Amino acid sequence: MSIDWTALGQVAAVSIGVTVAVVVVFALGVLGLARYEGARSVPEGGTSAAGVAQAGVCFLACAGVVAYGIYLIVPQFH
Amino acid sequence: MDHITFLVAVVIVTALAFDFTNGFHDTANAMATSIATGALKPRTAVLISGVLNVVGAFLSTEVAKTISGGIVDDTLVTPGMIFAGLVGAILWNLLTWLVGLPSSSSHALFGGLIGAVWVGAGSSGVHFDKVVEKVLIPAVASPLVAGVAALIATYFAYKLTARARKESVTKGFRLGQIASASLVSLAHGTNDAQKTMGVITLTLISAGALGHDDGPPVWVVAAAGLAIGLGTYLGGWRIIRTMGKGLTEIQSPQGFAAETASTTVILTSAHLGFALSTTQVASGSILGAGLGRRLAEVRWGVAGRMVVAWLITLPAAALVGGLSASAVKHGGDFGTVVVALVGAAVAAGIVLVSRRNPVGAHNVNDAHEVTVRSTAPTSVGTAA
Repeated sequence: MSIDWTALGQVAAVSIGVTVAVVVVFALGVLGLARYEGARSVPEGGTSAAGVAQAGVCFLACAGVVAYGIYLIVPQFH
Repeated sequence: MDHITFLVAVVIVTALAFDFTNGFHDTANAMATSIATGALKPRTAVLISGVLNVVGAFLSTEVAKTISGGIVDDTLVTPGMIFAGLVGAILWNLLTWLVGLPSSSSHALFGGLIGAVWVGAGSSGVHFDKVVEKVLIPAVASPLVAGVAALIATYFAYKLTARARKESVTKGFRLGQIASASLVSLAHGTNDAQKTMGVITLTLISAGALGHDDGPPVWVVAAAGLAIGLGTYLGGWRIIRTMGKGLTEIQSPQGFAAETASTTVILTSAHLGFALSTTQVASGSILGAGLGRRLAEVRWGVAGRMVVAWLITLPAAALVGGLSASAVKHGGDFGTVVVALVGAAVAAGIVLVSRRNPVGAHNVNDAHEVTVRSTAPTSVGTAA
């Protein structure tokens, strides 16, 4: 019996890397959203547009990762 | 259809019953954290999860070519042993559900088969080195990896959003949870439904009803998909409570981090050919997410009981599988009927006991404990 430590290490590294990256990017998106909603609640908030842009870019990136995940799950795409 | 003997018919029905328990045992893996944080209403969550499991079952073309992935010698396996193994797996799944413990359905199936083959064909039919490689190592490694990933991710999620508006943050992560939980459900459907399809297909092949290289007939795919989807929809609410509330109090950023960690671990391992238990990955993620938020309380007692359940899942299912196998071996069709009736009676008994303190969509989030005795206020202290 041989344990494939390399593959095990790969799974660990990729899983941790991807998870942290997705959650950080998503958190940045949420931050943008919060800034947009915060700016809307006070009359002369200026950072609204930047907030929307930040949220848009971040959520789009996450959507891309989700699409890749679906691609990996569905065997017909391979 | 003249190839379908009595025994084969019993195996097919039992396999579908196992698939059903597999579904409701594992709803929690995808949906417990979404239900706990309020990202999805309980009924909506199990509906989404059920539908995605059926979809996943139809998507998976790569049906298991071996019953056990090499853990037992497939050439020695008879339909009688498969039946005995399935009975062991079903009873263990129901028992752990009763006490609200998330245990691995795959381990229960492997355990049942190992016990049945050991009794039916001798210990040489069991490949113990494969058991270590395919069961033990992933069982230790996968929850650890998922836990570390969820821990780091949770830490950053809170760090980054610490000064933002609370409502916006909670709402944003709740929406994200819907996507991440759905991915877990879809991945679950493609993995777990195909295990049952594999069992039924190989039984049909061994009975001569199908050619050796035939894939599963459409009715097998449909039946397995519907069984797991229906089980998922009915929802193992007792396990959902333990995973969503019992291990730690989950907030939406934690739920999102935990589900993301589960999805990536499941997908990367599947991609690299590791078999693992969705249940253990999801539990590891939730614990990691609990540790990643400062001041979050992790109930180590619950976690400890869960780990004990993981350790005894395989041997316990093996014991029941072995007992059933010896009844089938010595009793023939009559023994099979006896095992089926006893199994059904025990299953009905477990369901009856669960009625005493039911957990359902209406009260899943009300408490963090799953008790077997009825919760009269005076008896709480003694019910352990």
